[in-house]
Amino acid sequence: MLALMGPIAASGDGEGFEAPSISEFFPGGLLFEDTIFEMSRITLIGVLMAGLLSLFFVVAFRKNDRLIPRGAQNFGELAIDVVDKAVILEVMGQKGRKYAPYLISMFFLLLMFNITGVLPLMHISVTSVIGVPAMFAVIAWVVFNVEGVRALGIGKYLKVNLFPPGIPWPIYFLVTPIEFISTFILRPVTLTIRLLANMMAGHLLLVLFFSATSYFLLETSGLMKLFAIPSYAMGFAFTLFEILVAVLQAYIFTLLTAVYIDGAISAEH
Amino acid sequence: MELLAEINGNLNAVGYGLAAIGPGIGIGVLVGKALEGIARQPEATGVLRTNMFLGIAFTEALALIGLVAGFLFT
Repeated sequence: MLALMGPIAASGDGEGFEAPSISEFFPGGLLFEDTIFEMSRITLIGVLMAGLLSLFFVVAFRKNDRLIPRGAQNFGELAIDVVDKAVILEVMGQKGRKYAPYLISMFFLLLMFNITGVLPLMHISVTSVIGVPAMFAVIAWVVFNVEGVRALGIGKYLKVNLFPPGIPWPIYFLVTPIEFISTFILRPVTLTIRLLANMMAGHLLLVLFFSATSYFLLETSGLMKLFAIPSYAMGFAFTLFEILVAVLQAYIFTLLTAVYIDGAISAEH
Repeated sequence: MELLAEINGNLNAVGYGLAAIGPGIGIGVLVGKALEGIARQPEATGVLRTNMFLGIAFTEALALIGLVAGFLFT
């Protein structure tokens, strides 16, 4: 566990204040160094959180023949029900039930990966390195395209997406490239960047406020030390805000995936 | 040449500030309108809230691309 801990204070070695930089997200390897399987502490946190999530759901639903749920199963059913109602039924209705396993497991995996940004000893979101959100976005892209082609057939799927009805034909020279770029290229890109940038900005903010607290407290003298108080208060407030952002971004990613799938499988656009 | 004004520091910060103006206004208008709709028609709260989050996600993406661009094009 200690190996997962990052440098606790970014400053504090008498070097003056050091602002957080992008190198925060590229820690050195810890396991299998110099191979393609090299794991940094961020990767290890990801594996740990995925394992914890699987463990929780396996334990919660090991006896799912009980009519009245108890303990962990109660909580597990409540959690699944929230996503089911707030995302799947809200966006797709009953026909979205087919995608419930994918959307629900994606929501909880994203939630676990985001929340590590505020968990003690970890302090970095797994989703704040680009590979993780990009992977989720690629999977979402494949799912909505495959489902769209399966529901409508390749010809009709492309026609619905690239040639919106009700406009004079010369406009298609303008509209079709825009629709192509926005549907097939920009969707996964914005999914990735939205999640990545939210988590990255949150981490940088927290590092900035807490390292400023440590700097004011340890390295300045006299009344300057008082600035540690507002700095710490802001850090605390943003920690709470980051918990909200972690849940909200998991929700938005799942919601957008559901909207994309729903748009792909329904003919009228 | 006589120097009349000088700017120090990183231009990326200015760029991000510019990138945040549009989405800031956009999210303000969006949430305001959604709240107006909810106040007028409380029974439509669920649909309005979902669509509000969708709109926020699309609008906010612009500001976040601005943030990433600051790190990319140094």
